[in-house]
Amino acid sequence: MTDQTPSGAQTGVSAADVKKIARLSRLHVDEAQLEPLAEDLSGILKWIEQLGEVDVEGAEPMTSAVDMAAPLRKDDITDGGVRDQVLANAPKSDDGFFVVPRSVE
Amino acid sequence: MSDLTKLTLDAALTGMANGEFSSVEITKAHIDAIKDAGKLNAFITDTHDLALEQAAASDARRAKGEAGLLEGAPLGVKDLFCTTGVRTTACSKILGDFTPTYESSVTANMKADGMVMLGKLNLDEFAMGSSNETSFYGPVINPWRKDADLVPGGSSGGSASAVAADLCLGATATDTGGSIRQPAAFTGTVGIKPTYGRCSRWGTVAFASSLDQAGPIAKTVKDSAILLQSMAGYDAKDSTSLNLPVPDWVSACGASIKGMKIGIPKEYTIDGMPKEIEDLWQQGMKWLEAAGAEIVHISLPHTKYALPAYYVVAPAEASSNLARYDGMRYGLRVEGENLNDTYERTRTEGFGDEVRRRIMIGTYVLSSGYYDAYYLRAQKVRTKIADDFKAAWEKCDAILTPTCPSGPFPVGHKFNDPVKMYLNDIFTVTANLAGLPGISVPAGLDANGLPLGLQIIGRALDEETVFKAASALEDAAGFSAKPLKWWG
Repeated sequence: MTDQTPSGAQTGVSAADVKKIARLSRLHVDEAQLEPLAEDLSGILKWIEQLGEVDVEGAEPMTSAVDMAAPLRKDDITDGGVRDQVLANAPKSDDGFFVVPRSVE
Repeated sequence: MSDLTKLTLDAALTGMANGEFSSVEITKAHIDAIKDAGKLNAFITDTHDLALEQAAASDARRAKGEAGLLEGAPLGVKDLFCTTGVRTTACSKILGDFTPTYESSVTANMKADGMVMLGKLNLDEFAMGSSNETSFYGPVINPWRKDADLVPGGSSGGSASAVAADLCLGATATDTGGSIRQPAAFTGTVGIKPTYGRCSRWGTVAFASSLDQAGPIAKTVKDSAILLQSMAGYDAKDSTSLNLPVPDWVSACGASIKGMKIGIPKEYTIDGMPKEIEDLWQQGMKWLEAAGAEIVHISLPHTKYALPAYYVVAPAEASSNLARYDGMRYGLRVEGENLNDTYERTRTEGFGDEVRRRIMIGTYVLSSGYYDAYYLRAQKVRTKIADDFKAAWEKCDAILTPTCPSGPFPVGHKFNDPVKMYLNDIFTVTANLAGLPGISVPAGLDANGLPLGLQIIGRALDEETVFKAASALEDAAGFSAKPLKWWG
């Protein structure tokens, strides 16, 4: 892990990195899969790093595919009163509520 | 009666208008064809009873003189569009039997125009793939065959395969990096991705919101114009929807291209591209020249950086969009020891390998310490790519390229090499990054007798020129080959 991109980020993903990314992504990765996945992701990121060759001096980051102003609307309620529809696909619901695992002990 | 499934959408609409056959008759013919084509795995949810009801209702409307743009036409819908009362899965286990209580704006437009929906079509899980091999419901098989089963391309592989095999008159699709145009090229069909914002994204399962755009896969350029005309339109429920009238694209098909300047970007000649694709591209230039266009050579210098930029931007947006799948409100829930464990088990079991890989790449490039190096840089490179096109439009009206660097490949062939798979989208992804319309037109067969496509890219909002040039290509190519029926 000694390579540097022109922008200063280290290349290469370690097993520890994979563990951290998986936790942030709320995904579980088996211990045995950490190394192979690290190699996989490193390969993809190494290929992505050719972006470092581009002179982006003065370029604004593109955040919208087509030039248009973000539309504004009145802050009115436009929808609602559809509790049963909202709950229609719930894995668990009871008495008009979602049932979820306990999150506060 | 001759086989109604062989008709184009345009001919079928005319036939129904002239009273030659009814919507029920042509819908039944397609249902029979679908029942015969299980081996292609194109449809994952059949709605045949619903289709026959819709067809009968359509015939009744027509009898009253109320015919919409798609009146009575049996079509397929990619299973990324939410459909009221019909299971919508994005071909992911995590959505389970999710059954929307609402309709996507695109399919709502089509239903209002008289569409008959035959069923929901297979795709790569969450539209992430270029071969339709990442679907939870198994790979789609290309009706075109050479020795082995071939992929139909992806992610709209079900849509492309179904149209090519005459299982529907046309189908909806979506394109984030080439997912309409690449499968169209692989199956000898026409596919157009319009300008970003033409079709509402409301009710379409999100992958990468700044790139996702719906469009049709069809048998002909004119059919694709008819379908897009119905799908497109302003929608206040999508804040990136373009508040502009939908032009008459059908009339643009077949219009003269005399004096049109067609740009040929030198960067689209890449190492390892088969000579037959290079030759077909040259042939395409000659065809357009013979139709009165002028060929001009242009440069899009940042082309080689489009795919790496895409594989930062798209996974970053996907990792945010897919955070909603937490097992609490809909879809799969796998109970764990506590809330976090439940999230992790649900997402690990619910998402397939490629989706997990992209979520992790997206999370990585957005994480603290890497955001500037990867994400911000990729967005700046995206600006450079859009600027390349802006400079090109000073010299030309449309751009001609091959659609893909290869023809369709065998199932399983590239599945284990993500970067190799990603390279399939090298010629299509630029139009997504810049938000431009692009169409793939079947233009010839390779040495194995498999279809190859040529792509026309146009200015933002100028689908009209794209349809004109695509029609000229279609006329000159005279592509009439069909796959031999082996599947039923």
